[in-house]
Amino acid sequence: MADTKNKPGRVSMPEQEAKVRAHNFLEVPEGYTLQMAQEEAARCLHCKTPLCTQGCPVGVLIPDFIALLVKGDITGAARKIWERNALPAVCGRVCPQENQCEGNCIVGKRGEPVAIGNLERFVADWERENGSGQLPPHEPKTGKKVAVVGAGPSGLTVAGDLIKKGHDVTIFEAFHKPGGVLVYGIPEFRLPKAIVGQEVHFLERQGVTINCNSVVGKCISLDELFEEGFDAIYVGVGAGLPRFMGLPGENFIGILSANEYLTRTNLMKGYDFPNYDTPVPQGKKVVVLGAGNVAMDSARTAMRMGAESVKIVYRRSREEMPARGAEIHHAEEEGIELCLLANPTKYIGNDEGRLVGMECLKMELGEPDDSGRRRPVPIKGSEFIIECDLCIVAVGSGANPLLTGETPDMELNRRGNVVAEPGSGKTSKKGVWAGGDIVSGAATVILAMGAGREASNSIHRYLTLGW
Amino acid sequence: MFKIVHREELGQGTVILNEIEAPLIAKKAKPGQFVILKANETGERIPLTMADTNLEKGTITIVYMIIGRSTATFADLKVGDSFMDVIGPLGRPTHLEKVGKVVCVGGGTGVAVLHPITRALKEIGNDVTAITGARNKDLIILEDLMTKASNTLHICTDDGSYGHHGFVTDILKEKIENEDIKMVVAIGPVPMMRAVAEMTRPQGIHTLVSLNPIMVDGTGMCGCCRVSVGGETKFACVDGPEFDAHKVDFGELMLRLHSYTEMEKQSYAKFKGEK
Repeated sequence: MADTKNKPGRVSMPEQEAKVRAHNFLEVPEGYTLQMAQEEAARCLHCKTPLCTQGCPVGVLIPDFIALLVKGDITGAARKIWERNALPAVCGRVCPQENQCEGNCIVGKRGEPVAIGNLERFVADWERENGSGQLPPHEPKTGKKVAVVGAGPSGLTVAGDLIKKGHDVTIFEAFHKPGGVLVYGIPEFRLPKAIVGQEVHFLERQGVTINCNSVVGKCISLDELFEEGFDAIYVGVGAGLPRFMGLPGENFIGILSANEYLTRTNLMKGYDFPNYDTPVPQGKKVVVLGAGNVAMDSARTAMRMGAESVKIVYRRSREEMPARGAEIHHAEEEGIELCLLANPTKYIGNDEGRLVGMECLKMELGEPDDSGRRRPVPIKGSEFIIECDLCIVAVGSGANPLLTGETPDMELNRRGNVVAEPGSGKTSKKGVWAGGDIVSGAATVILAMGAGREASNSIHRYLTLGW
Repeated sequence: MFKIVHREELGQGTVILNEIEAPLIAKKAKPGQFVILKANETGERIPLTMADTNLEKGTITIVYMIIGRSTATFADLKVGDSFMDVIGPLGRPTHLEKVGKVVCVGGGTGVAVLHPITRALKEIGNDVTAITGARNKDLIILEDLMTKASNTLHICTDDGSYGHHGFVTDILKEKIENEDIKMVVAIGPVPMMRAVAEMTRPQGIHTLVSLNPIMVDGTGMCGCCRVSVGGETKFACVDGPEFDAHKVDFGELMLRLHSYTEMEKQSYAKFKGEK
């Protein structure tokens, strides 16, 4: 454990108590004060070769911004982060830092790593609330026009990078609000929508145009974008096709994809029904299928919507759960039960077509499969029933063919994801780049932003030097 | 923002027609496609299939019956007011083909949805008979437009106050028995579409229906609008909204349309209370 004499532990961030927060949509961690942030910042050793920066998919110059924070130059720290990251208030909150910057931190080898995520969040929040509002420096205008399809994390990153390099950027977004998964997927209590809104607005203030309600593929094609004078296109449309398990009874009322459940609650603000018009099903006994971050978000949302019980049903064991440790911990603190080594086999409905329960089989772990994880094997005759009136299916999502289906000259792989050159994001269609979940399949916000970063570098080279 | 440039009250004010400025949608829209509309900041997203488009004016036309909070909110908008969000065109266009004799059957506001499809089927050279129905004379909508869009129009009323006294299926039955009908399109309440499907099934007449499940995004990312077609799950917003009537599980569709009945009542009651 940490040598507590010489190396103080990290400054913990105050958070809402589990019993209280399980019933509201307010953000769980409350943020650092300036004093806390500077105390935590003082733990950074300012390594000459900072491994933390290497662990950051967008390469934020971490020791540099921390040094400015220590000096009390918060605006300077914010500008330093913006050089590499257009969405620091988002990243500070939702990145899995334990596998990235903080996972690489030298201080972490012998104790707790520097709380880089918390510091990034502090700097971004402070600058937004108290800062000068000054914009980052931009290169002179190049006269080149770039279209970005999708206003999720990767598209916003590309837009933020290219506007600073002097190009004109227009984002086309299918929904009525920009942000992608940041507004429809990640719940308010993890990422307040007002913060996403302000971070997006910061890009608009720098000159990025955002066209909402624009379903590229339906209201305009990629070729038509070129005809309209765009010089390059970035496709960052995400992995927005929900997977269902194909079980009998899947269309009973009360069975929703996590996409639908979270969109209704977050984007449409259904948690504030009837002040907002979109209804969200109010389950008393809720089951969430799956064990990734989306499953945790769905379960924690259902608890806040007034469920009596929320169970996460997962066919493997706790060790294989793909969600972040912190998210599982938060969920359990809020009273969510884990029902592990169980796999649903069918849904049970009543005469009105409403869900009343599901049949599951108990599982045991067998030999490791291709993914290296031990394969769950059903135990014969172990059927059991879970009573439930709401089931949220969070077993992953695939590539939505809405745009790619209308773009036959852009190569796809057998899963329907766009094939893009590693390191640059170039697709088989000239002048078109792609990145984020539409290329990688469902992954994390920060990996999508990293892909955006690589693509924006490549787009910039193309616009200044050629393909 | 999407401005309303023309508004009409049909069917004694229970049905509203809005012509909305949306040039980009008007330019791309084809018969059978729909839009998602959201009236204001707190509003929900509602799908409506377009009843018409006007390329020169850059407008689209929607027709809806006032049945709940959202349609009542829409109906309160006057000429010059705007919808906050209109998204489209969405869904697959109708597959149009010259096949010969076609019957287009419409009920309720389905008649509005049927209109551009009827017109397009006629324009490519089909002999199109249209049959529209309503409870009584006052609820008949778009008679002029449907007269122009079809070769022959039959109107039915349940109470006999106008046209044929009886159901649209009565006329359809007669047509099927006496003429060589190649295709039927039916759009309206689920029971009507189901009745038409059952009538054409024995003869194996190709029958299209346009489904109206609950939707949220309308772009295939949530699966709220899923329907069973030929035993497979389809998303009506991207795979439809038109499907082969003989393969649709209408019973399931009908049940799913009641997913939010209680909350819909609550929301509408609150709206009426506030007015």
